[in-house]
Amino acid sequence: MTARMTMASNRPRGTYNYAYLDEQTKRMIRRAILKAVAIPGYQAPFGSREMPVPYGWGTGGIQVTASIIGPDDVYKCIDQGADDTTNAVSIRRFFARVADVVTTEKTRDATIIQTRHRIPEAMLQPGQIMVYQVPLPEPLRHLEHRETETRAMHAYEEYGLKYLALYESVAAYGRIAGGADYPVLVDERYLMSPSPIPKFDNPKLHQSEALHLFGAGREKRIYAIPPYTDVRSLDFEDYPFDVQCWDEVCALCASAESYKDEVILDDAGNRMFVCSDSDYCADRRQAGHAGPMAGHALDQGGKPEPLA
Amino acid sequence: MNMIAPVTVDERLLEVCGLDKSFGPITACKGVSFQLRRGEILGIVGESGSGKTTLLRCISGQLQPSSGAVMFNSRRHGFGDVFGLSEQDRRRVSREEWGYVHQNPRDGLRMRASGGANVAEPLMMNGIRHYGEMRQRTLDWFARVELDTTRIDGRPRTFSGGMQQRLQIARNLIHNPSLVFMDEPTGGLDVSVQARLLDLMRMLVRDLGLAAIIVTHDIGVARLLADRLLVMKDGEVVEQGLTDQVLDDPQHGYTQLLVSSVLQI
Repeated sequence: MTARMTMASNRPRGTYNYAYLDEQTKRMIRRAILKAVAIPGYQAPFGSREMPVPYGWGTGGIQVTASIIGPDDVYKCIDQGADDTTNAVSIRRFFARVADVVTTEKTRDATIIQTRHRIPEAMLQPGQIMVYQVPLPEPLRHLEHRETETRAMHAYEEYGLKYLALYESVAAYGRIAGGADYPVLVDERYLMSPSPIPKFDNPKLHQSEALHLFGAGREKRIYAIPPYTDVRSLDFEDYPFDVQCWDEVCALCASAESYKDEVILDDAGNRMFVCSDSDYCADRRQAGHAGPMAGHALDQGGKPEPLA
Repeated sequence: MNMIAPVTVDERLLEVCGLDKSFGPITACKGVSFQLRRGEILGIVGESGSGKTTLLRCISGQLQPSSGAVMFNSRRHGFGDVFGLSEQDRRRVSREEWGYVHQNPRDGLRMRASGGANVAEPLMMNGIRHYGEMRQRTLDWFARVELDTTRIDGRPRTFSGGMQQRLQIARNLIHNPSLVFMDEPTGGLDVSVQARLLDLMRMLVRDLGLAAIIVTHDIGVARLLADRLLVMKDGEVVEQGLTDQVLDDPQHGYTQLLVSSVLQI
């Protein structure tokens, strides 16, 4: 026991334990993670702790990261695909301080990537770990309010009810609408909510080479998709699953493949579409790609802001 | 019944043997036994608190009886005790072969989902994944229960009480069940709507050749729909037999009281 806690005891008194959480809590969370990895898509309960940020700001993801991070990890945190948003900067700074890790904005350099809304555009590599901040882990919750009942439905693989939501969507819009948090079936067994990532990113989960860990702090659940696991988005035979696409290319890097954010520029109806993945967009611009608005005042050149 | 091999068909659908159910010191059902054949409609009448609904919930697998057996002839498992199946199998039998019409449609419908989705839900629960097919069958059933097909995407909240009840009936018949439980299906509706609904139900159950157990405290409903009648009082079956026989020549004191208390106009 003492040997395992050397990392904590080497630090001067009066500071936080390594990676903020105490060792017992991290062990508890690691056990939940192991269980989640062993049963892909299954929501393993864990004793979620109070974190120094409110519920809804990523407490689940922070706890998962804190439990798996080590000093030789390279950490990246994105919010809505961007590295430079307030939440991403704060959480990255938090781990830089409490876990002594190197942080990066480069997807391919990172060993742990924490996110809520996106999976990076760049292909994930073996050995990389995606950590998701999940607000609502139970995909059946808005259809069935009883926890006892949803557990039974998962246990007995009764997922017909989930198609009710898709049916409603087709009846109302003539297609399966719902752009984010699109339900998937993991390894043809467990129905899973992929956190509020756009359905654009759902195909990236299928047979991914990286490990995907999902942490829901308020709901006290951890679930996972191990590498090389089948992940299928639900659909109807006559309304197959499809992803969003845009007529416009990225205004800054001219990418046609990436997921775009629409940015309103003024009240005269001008707008631009830019890659939501800021690292991907910056990479492309550095490689010489230029979109229709490259060089505009809004184009900062994609240079990373210095970290404290 | 258009069965191909009439000799081998097992006509028994349901058999209840000595079913008891008590809630602590209160005994809701005592030694209830009866048989139900395919295509037969059984009425259960009795006063309020006589254990009718408890009996129905026990037979439909929602409540574990204190003692006794409920034997059901399912397509998947053959003739056997419902409570001898695993919970998973019992839920599957319930999903595939039973319907349950609640007295209050709000208990039996998903009020947040559209009417069409409510009717199509049993199809999805039983593995159909083709939207167009489900939509067509839902429209067919809307027509069969005389609902306005243009309101297929309306919420049940916007439907009248009688329409909600018809929606519930469509929802419980669309997946072609072999047994439908109805717990006072016409309670709480006005008399003219009741009459239309009864007429509709009589046509549907006869056309589909399905068996039904109808719990009611309305002798008129029993007279109109049921082949056989079970009269309950204080948790016990005091009389059973053919509907006309029981109602025209009641033997037990309570049945006599029940029959004579119907208002004659």
